[in-house]
Amino acid sequence: MIMLENVQFAYEGIYSALRGVSLQINTGERIAIMGTNGAGKTTLIKHINGLLRPQNGRVFLDERNTAHMSVAEIAREVGLVFQNPDHQLFLDTVEKEILFGLKKLGFSEEEAKERSSSTLEKLGLTDLIERSPFSLSGGERKRVALASVLASHPRILALDEPTIGQDALQKRYLAELLMEMNEAGKTVIVVTHDIEFVIEYFPRTIAMADGQIIADGLTGMVLSNSKVQELCSLTSPQMTQAAKALASYFPTVSDRMTQLDELEATITQILEGGRI
Amino acid sequence: MVLVKFDNFSFKYIGAETLALRKIDLTIEEGEYVVITGPSGCGKTTLCRAINGLVPQFHRGYIAGHVYVDSHDTRENEVAKLSTIAGMVFQQPENQLVTLNVEKEIAFGPENLGVPPDEIRSRVEEAIQLFNLEQLRQKHPHEMSGGEQQRVALASILAMKPRILIADEPTSNLDPKSAESILKILCYLNKQGMTVILVEHRLDLVSQDASRIILMNEGSIVADGDPREILTLEVCNEIGIGIPKAIQIYRRLKQNGITLPEVPLSGHELAKLVKEVSQA
Repeated sequence: MIMLENVQFAYEGIYSALRGVSLQINTGERIAIMGTNGAGKTTLIKHINGLLRPQNGRVFLDERNTAHMSVAEIAREVGLVFQNPDHQLFLDTVEKEILFGLKKLGFSEEEAKERSSSTLEKLGLTDLIERSPFSLSGGERKRVALASVLASHPRILALDEPTIGQDALQKRYLAELLMEMNEAGKTVIVVTHDIEFVIEYFPRTIAMADGQIIADGLTGMVLSNSKVQELCSLTSPQMTQAAKALASYFPTVSDRMTQLDELEATITQILEGGRI
Repeated sequence: MVLVKFDNFSFKYIGAETLALRKIDLTIEEGEYVVITGPSGCGKTTLCRAINGLVPQFHRGYIAGHVYVDSHDTRENEVAKLSTIAGMVFQQPENQLVTLNVEKEIAFGPENLGVPPDEIRSRVEEAIQLFNLEQLRQKHPHEMSGGEQQRVALASILAMKPRILIADEPTSNLDPKSAESILKILCYLNKQGMTVILVEHRLDLVSQDASRIILMNEGSIVADGDPREILTLEVCNEIGIGIPKAIQIYRRLKQNGITLPEVPLSGHELAKLVKEVSQA
């Protein structure tokens, strides 16, 4: 379990990035953090892996106050993938990049190779194993950065914008890998602007603005709430847009739908069953 | 008028085993809004680089064929010259920002092109207005969020007054509202006559604005045409293109025997079509 208690943080003591954030994430949850650029989302997850330390308030991993843990200790439990893969990649082949972290964490050569190859395969990177990360496309580099963290199987995964540069198919592979790790008990936290990705795969969403949590709850409820959308610079999910437009023509239709299946059923009912 | 012409162009990066672009033939007219999409690594970014001359002038490699931008062969013209015709915004805005504050960043391009100071000042002000950067005027690019950085990157490219704006996934770092506002600006610029070439995976956000969608796979163009036609092709599913949800519903309804009179590109269009059919 991760617990943040009234966490406050200001860069250089001036630019307030977190203004008192309290939050509990249970082991095995899948949770998305969304919201305005500059709302403090990245600052928040950097507190979870100890890269940043609260200036006020406390962060707990299970029962332990992370103030008494080193970044190296926390890194064994919390794997963080940065938004910009170029901040993370520095070796001359994809395979070395993945093996580096695993060796640092103390895995044997054999174990490291096995984890590396299975993670690379799941992310569709096997053919690129000998390539330099810098010769890869943006989307591919992003997946290498993801693989380098996912391969160590940390208990808690914190991913900053994992879907950037990914096509629909790669997004699905990534989601399947995250689901698989989640089913094995890992906690998965993503910071993302990708509304449709969140709707499909994350049951709980936190919406932030201006260093604070504005809403925290079931994804469908949070993302279809127009007040939250306004405060947190979110737009309506595509199916909610359709639902709102439908509701303006057919008053009994709910304007809070987010899922494809709900919309399909509603439209079928309108067109086949007469007015609802 | 033809602004971009690929004539049987192929390119392979030094050290790469496969061609990044294979025998591309492509013509883009002035004023078009072209969305380029396709699986990750399919050559979209290379295609963009080939238009503003970074390929082959900066990224070296094996070349066959030619690319002409406003009739200039990109093999024979420097990036500096081509940059006044085709400006490009990259995936990672912070890799593109080089100066200490927003004003200087926007002025940097025109300064290097030798634009007179008065003209530079007016371009900086114009860009600050258009991209709503007043609050950030004196800020260091590294103090800004990804979305703010992208707005600055776009502003600094437009200050060079290119005729073609190439944007390589410019909204992926942005919150949905900022993404929407950038896309609105692209649409506005296009209506003012700017040719827009946009690389994007999230077609639900852009297919309504595009006059044309180009689908790439493994270095080749596999489909090219009107968004409503392209996005209902079977090949989209085969290569893993993210079909907008409104179109997915259209297809599901069709399978169940309900045919809407048109392919919807947005939730609003979908709802309108349902209303039409229900009243028919």
